[in-house]
Amino acid sequence: MARPVKTETRLKGARWWKEVGWKHIVGIIVIAFCAFPLLYVLSASLSPGGTLTGSAKLFSEVSTKNYVDLMGTNFPTWMLHSLVVSTATALGTVLMASCAAYAFSRFRFAGRQGGLSALLIIQMFPQMLAFVAIFLLLLTLRDIFPFLGLGELMGLIAVYLGGALGANTFLIYGFFNTIPRELDEAAKIDGATHAQIFWGVIMRLVTPILAVVGLLSFVGSYGEFILAKIVLARPENYTLAVGLYVWASDERNAPWSLFAAGAVLAAIPIIILFMYLQKYIVGGLTAGGVKG
Amino acid sequence: MTITEEPPRTKPQQLSHARDISRPGFYVKLVLMALVNAFGIYGILASWASKDFYILAFLAVTLAIADYVYFSKRAIPAKYLMPGLVFLAVYQIYVMGNTAYVAFTNYGDGHNDAKQPAITQILKTSDRRVEGTNTFPVSILEKGDVLSFAIVQDGTARVGDQENPLKNAPDAVIDGERVTEVPGYDLLKLADIQSRQKDVLALRVSLSDNPDDGWLRTDNGTLSYVAKSALVYNEAADTFTSPEGKVYTADAKQGLFVAADGTSLTPGWRVLVGVDNFTRMFTDSRLSGPFFKILVWTFVFAIASVLTTFALGLGLATIFNDARVKGRVVYRALFILPYAFPGFLAALVWKGMLNQQFGIINQSLLGGASINWLGDGTLAKLSILGVNLWLGFPYMFLVCTGALQSIPGELNEAAIMDGAGPFKRFRSVTLPLLLVSVAPLLIASFAFNFNNFSLIYMLTGGGPNFPGSPVLVGETDILISMVYSVAFESGVKQYGLASAMSIIIFVVVGFISWLGFRQTRKLEEVM
Repeated sequence: MARPVKTETRLKGARWWKEVGWKHIVGIIVIAFCAFPLLYVLSASLSPGGTLTGSAKLFSEVSTKNYVDLMGTNFPTWMLHSLVVSTATALGTVLMASCAAYAFSRFRFAGRQGGLSALLIIQMFPQMLAFVAIFLLLLTLRDIFPFLGLGELMGLIAVYLGGALGANTFLIYGFFNTIPRELDEAAKIDGATHAQIFWGVIMRLVTPILAVVGLLSFVGSYGEFILAKIVLARPENYTLAVGLYVWASDERNAPWSLFAAGAVLAAIPIIILFMYLQKYIVGGLTAGGVKG
Repeated sequence: MTITEEPPRTKPQQLSHARDISRPGFYVKLVLMALVNAFGIYGILASWASKDFYILAFLAVTLAIADYVYFSKRAIPAKYLMPGLVFLAVYQIYVMGNTAYVAFTNYGDGHNDAKQPAITQILKTSDRRVEGTNTFPVSILEKGDVLSFAIVQDGTARVGDQENPLKNAPDAVIDGERVTEVPGYDLLKLADIQSRQKDVLALRVSLSDNPDDGWLRTDNGTLSYVAKSALVYNEAADTFTSPEGKVYTADAKQGLFVAADGTSLTPGWRVLVGVDNFTRMFTDSRLSGPFFKILVWTFVFAIASVLTTFALGLGLATIFNDARVKGRVVYRALFILPYAFPGFLAALVWKGMLNQQFGIINQSLLGGASINWLGDGTLAKLSILGVNLWLGFPYMFLVCTGALQSIPGELNEAAIMDGAGPFKRFRSVTLPLLLVSVAPLLIASFAFNFNNFSLIYMLTGGGPNFPGSPVLVGETDILISMVYSVAFESGVKQYGLASAMSIIIFVVVGFISWLGFRQTRKLEEVM
């Protein structure tokens, strides 16, 4: 029986240490640096002590008391709010941005070039830079559409949707341009309307990539803090970012272990999403997109 | 840029099926448009009632356009663009425009409203009881957050609040001289009144539309009396006269009623103040000191954050871009853990870890040291950079790993043949090629950190604070957190000044983005 000849390329001894071994040591140090805060928050969430004081020894006591207590607080509401706001934002974002991208990609109309250039310029300025004016706008809107004004989740979603077009149209426009126009033409000859081409042909073909855009938008609004802090004023209305900030910011009396348990639960959906989305981030889908 | 490529022109657009009632899609659209119209008309009526005529005009025009677009057989692209554009127009373009406008006004506490409400407010805050008038037993009502008074006058119940003068409430229940129930309102009990004492004492309910008739107020929550302003407003001369004869003249430049001796009445009203907000930042010495320190620190923070994260990320990527190292997949998966953890949570967790008394870093790692990580100016800055390194290096590591793997191995081999050592190879071959793909990301990362509000706000809150500054800012504040503090947290809210500072951020961010575009092209030319 012919066996493949095993070539020995492995380094040994001092030379291995000099060229490869030390890299493992660097790797272990970096892992310690990366994992330490995460282990700490996990340990604090399991410590029944309650305050920051008792959290300084990792895993000295382990109980699930904090997680049970968490259910009696506002935390489940905040989690629900965060999920609702982020899901609505993600869906709305993908829908509106794909519609706009479809118009730019498949129709020729007056103002198309200008519109694309304008979007490119708007894209440079994150919406949150205008947070003072957003606050003033919602203050005024409260008198007219109370559900879109300050203190309302709907108002916050509307604000996030306002940033949707600027940030995502270009990305999706790029994907749409890669779909051959012959497909549209063929559908048109078969009698499809522009709406049927949009929903039945184009959207079907880019669904996976739109899912990624939507998930990234979900992650973005899940962690968004400044606008949520301005808009939501009452503890019953907070999203996770605002609520957990309020818990953690009061150092002396803070329910620190409750915060830690909340942080662990809040982080889980995002960590799972990130493991899945990692390759797209590296692939440059979000060129320069730094997670918030 | 992809904009310039012009796909082949299609033949003249076929007309749309916008009014084809044989398709089910039409009825879906009909329902949606009915909702949009209901929403729009409700908004038009509500803005008419609250006299917001700009909003009314915007709603009317937008609604008309929407109805045209969705029921016309033409304007097909507009059908797809409209929803997004409306949101974009309101929540991004308008707010940016309004930032620019507010930057030139004195909008803020003390100048919150137009002139007429300010006059009414001045009259109401300087009031006294009218001699010889009756007292009315008063009931205090609440609807939403708004408090109202209810009294019995000539046998009928009358209800009014701060904005709306007393009106008859025929369906209210009267017991003797007191109103005991009004449908749609909650009656406040004594304990509730006590807990909202300040609001109750500040409430003034006009007797009629004419301010000269006076208004009701209460000192105890059970009895109310008629009060009138001690100040007299002269409409023709636009002045207030106090009982002592002091005359306050309207000053349209400051938006205040000012007396000859320099005292003024509060509140003032909103006026355009030109570039005052901008000049204050640079010339008002109490403000400009902190402002310049914060400006410098913002740049230092953003640049240092990019450099440290990039250096660590690139270093690790280079080290682990080596097939001989076993378990690279595991290393990579663990290195990106900080990136997967939500950023706002990370800042809060680090804040707890760095706590001077109880934090795990002082307590356990440093054996009970008492280092004031977040309370000392320099240490707080270093802590922020350290935490941002933890948060940011995994992204750079991922990006650099990808970029390194795309560099063809032959180039390095050629360099080896030419006798270049590892350092020289890295500097002259790897780094230039890497920068081509990574430079735009570095610029984007700079722009992101320039406005990294949540990290600063959550970790240090901007502290330690500068003593004696008129706004609540500190050594680690960056421009955007300073804007936040000026607008919301410095006691007196100064929206005008805050907006002016936002404009400066806009300029910097715009410049950086423009640089980014140029830089990318320049590096491509080098290729």
